[in-house]
Amino acid sequence: MASTGAHGEHNYLNHQKGIWSWLTSLDHKRIGIMYFITVMIFFLVGGLFALAIRTELWSTGETIMTAETYARVMTYHGAVMVFLVIIPGIPAFLGNFFLPMQIGAKDVAFPRLNLMSWYCLLLGAGVALLSLLYGGADTGWTFYTPYSIKHAPAVICMALGVFIAGFSSILTGLNFVVTTHKLRAPGMTMNRIPLFVWALYSTAIIQVLATPVLAITVVLLAAENIFGIGFFDPALGGDPVLFQHFFWFYSHPAVYIMILPAFGVISELITTFARKTIFGYTAIAYSSLAIAAVSFFVWGHHMFVSGQSEFAGVVFSFLTMLVGVPTAIKLFNWIATLYKGSINLASPMLFALGFMFLFTIGGVTGIFLATVATDVHFHDTYFVVAHFHYVMVGGTLMAIMGGIYYWFPKMFGKLCNDAWARISFVFIFVGFNVTFYPQFVLGSLGMPRRYFDYLPEYEHLNKVSTIGSYLIGIGFVVALITIIHGLLKGKPAGPNPWGAKTLEWQTSSPPPHENFHTTPIVTAGPYEYR
Amino acid sequence: MKLKPRLFAGLLAAVGAVVAGSTAMASTFMPPAVTSTAAEVDKIYAFLLIASLISFIILIGGMFYFVYKYQRRSATDKTAYISHNYTLEFLWSFIPFLIFMFVFVWGWKVYHDMRNVPADALEVHVMAKKWDWRFLYKSGKEVVAGLDDKGQKTPATMVVPVGRPVKLIMGSEKISANSTDPTDRPVLHSFYLPAARVKQDIVPGRYTMLWFNIEKPGDYWVFCTEFCGSGHSAMKAMVKAVPMPEFEAWLASEGGGALTLADQGKALFAAKACVGCHSADGSRVVGPTFKGLWGSNRTFDGGGSAKADENYIRESILNPNAHIVATFPKGVMPAYAGQLSDDEVNAIIEFIKTLK
Repeated sequence: MASTGAHGEHNYLNHQKGIWSWLTSLDHKRIGIMYFITVMIFFLVGGLFALAIRTELWSTGETIMTAETYARVMTYHGAVMVFLVIIPGIPAFLGNFFLPMQIGAKDVAFPRLNLMSWYCLLLGAGVALLSLLYGGADTGWTFYTPYSIKHAPAVICMALGVFIAGFSSILTGLNFVVTTHKLRAPGMTMNRIPLFVWALYSTAIIQVLATPVLAITVVLLAAENIFGIGFFDPALGGDPVLFQHFFWFYSHPAVYIMILPAFGVISELITTFARKTIFGYTAIAYSSLAIAAVSFFVWGHHMFVSGQSEFAGVVFSFLTMLVGVPTAIKLFNWIATLYKGSINLASPMLFALGFMFLFTIGGVTGIFLATVATDVHFHDTYFVVAHFHYVMVGGTLMAIMGGIYYWFPKMFGKLCNDAWARISFVFIFVGFNVTFYPQFVLGSLGMPRRYFDYLPEYEHLNKVSTIGSYLIGIGFVVALITIIHGLLKGKPAGPNPWGAKTLEWQTSSPPPHENFHTTPIVTAGPYEYR
Repeated sequence: MKLKPRLFAGLLAAVGAVVAGSTAMASTFMPPAVTSTAAEVDKIYAFLLIASLISFIILIGGMFYFVYKYQRRSATDKTAYISHNYTLEFLWSFIPFLIFMFVFVWGWKVYHDMRNVPADALEVHVMAKKWDWRFLYKSGKEVVAGLDDKGQKTPATMVVPVGRPVKLIMGSEKISANSTDPTDRPVLHSFYLPAARVKQDIVPGRYTMLWFNIEKPGDYWVFCTEFCGSGHSAMKAMVKAVPMPEFEAWLASEGGGALTLADQGKALFAAKACVGCHSADGSRVVGPTFKGLWGSNRTFDGGGSAKADENYIRESILNPNAHIVATFPKGVMPAYAGQLSDDEVNAIIEFIKTLK
């Protein structure tokens, strides 16, 4: 666990002592740190699975594992990264720590629910990983029926694990909605809350409304597996495509659960490191809400070739195009914010700029997939794999890394070595492009995803991709060393090392037990760099 | 910000180079297009690639430019306070919107052609299972995977004539047709022919359709693109496009002398006692006649209607009481689910298609 505050003064880290004080803590900051550690461990696990996938795909035929093992490695990579890393990543870790601080609150509205949500994530992960004892699930993280109906304990464990972990997400979302509405400091009106809070608020709405649908879906899947009730099995009168509708009704909004908080982080980083007020606060804030709203009506774009009607395909294509507009607005606003700024290329800013670079590629390739005619070719190929990694890794993970380096001095009162942090950025950014850009080409050439083996003509680009994945691995090892080094040997940070304006920087680092020595009174917007 | 002429010329040159480069790239990123639909898809792809590259250069080029130009000089730099600009914000919302709507409509148009099968299409039944393909022609000819001289598997090869639309009627089947093992169940597959830019999931319990018209003779890979287990990536087939005379000779060659699907269906029509309640000559017996059934509009008891296509006839055989044609009694016909194999249902459908 992290060491105590730099000068031994009173803060949330030395407020109470001992492991038990952490495991029963109701302090949103400590719970945030517990999420940090948990998510990092899951990320390590998911990342090792990713490297195993890329190593297997180094050459045609069997390289290091059998096709049966590969199907499992692929499933756990997807499920761990989606449900245990990217979804809780920003909201439950950075959001938990900084949402209350940014609105000038002492804690979240329901601290006990907050702690419970962490235990839900752990319990869900535990139940899901039990499936490994039963040989492991091999269905892919999407659990498509009827393949996933096999009365196998492994699939049942995974489904129930996802169900339980889902409650972690629902409770966190609920907490954030109430906290944002009820606990804002005096003068902190809704149009003065930082954009990170707006992003988390929009995310929270999706978490509360969409996650129960996933819960229902996996319960139906478990019931079908345990009791043989025919929801999705055509042999029992069910419809396998119905599962896809249910699944994507959650999992598409979930894509925005994964990316909206990243947008929030980027807004904070850009303003701080350009030392400039955000361009178009209202547009960015409302575009998050717009994305959250439209996200519920686009799930059918995952199903253009599933056998749904032409009419449905066209409607979903149209609605998906609409998501592009608020997304484009954000990018333009961030870049306009740089105009006439004072730009400091510290490591968090590098990650923010890297985010924009990669997310723009992820965004424009999304249009290739939203266009029905081209999607028919790209669907379920490596083009899709490349697209969502550009959005989820190039987007969300870059934002998480930027956010960690940005808020690290606040969380622990110490500075990371910025040179090392920048080196980790270079490895991750370059490695990422080397890994995933070739996958766009592979997908265009027709290589399907979830393939254990491929035609010899795809081997060349697969080798490039595998080399890139090792570069990413090196980047994250450097990042981990930088963080641990910062924890142990970092220089004292002071309350506001980056010169930021939002409230969390107006208190000491690490913050005291209840965040502020005196309740802040807010008289202006969040980014008043005048 | 004043735009300097030299910078402007440089920008234009960069955009021009990108457009030229990406047009060249667009053709190499995609496999050779062998149908007119594929050529249409590639046009959208090329447009999107160029539009994306221009957008990327504007956005990220702008980003790099600003980062370079407005580097922090000192810790006390004064910065401009610009909170918004409604004109700019409207433009960068509305222009992308127009571009998105343009590609949406264009994509819709090409997709519409993909979904609507030409009337004169040659029909081939495709059966997918873990982890192989089977192709059935109306002549009764069946194609499955084989072995070459070295004992290596050769993929099932669907021979099709060049320049003639081919319609695939696709279903998913168990590994073993007569299996009673509950774990042997049909699963999702997907038929993907990259050279034609077409793909369609194959869904257990119903038929899905796909068509293409290959204009260039050659051998083209077919992949399964819906994860179906450890043999997923090995589930490959070939489409071999040959000139019409060669196709006809192939169709008549070995294995081509079997009973046609329609004749098999006719035999089943008698053997499975369909004939007791359904006529083939238009007369009304207990149930609706099969004559003129294919493609007709069916009006149901209790409202609703549907066109009699493959899925309708399949449902009417396997689960007849789901939709009862108006004026006919309900609950008379037993469900044939489990009584007829997938191939038998295919054959009966082909027989009904011949009763015009």
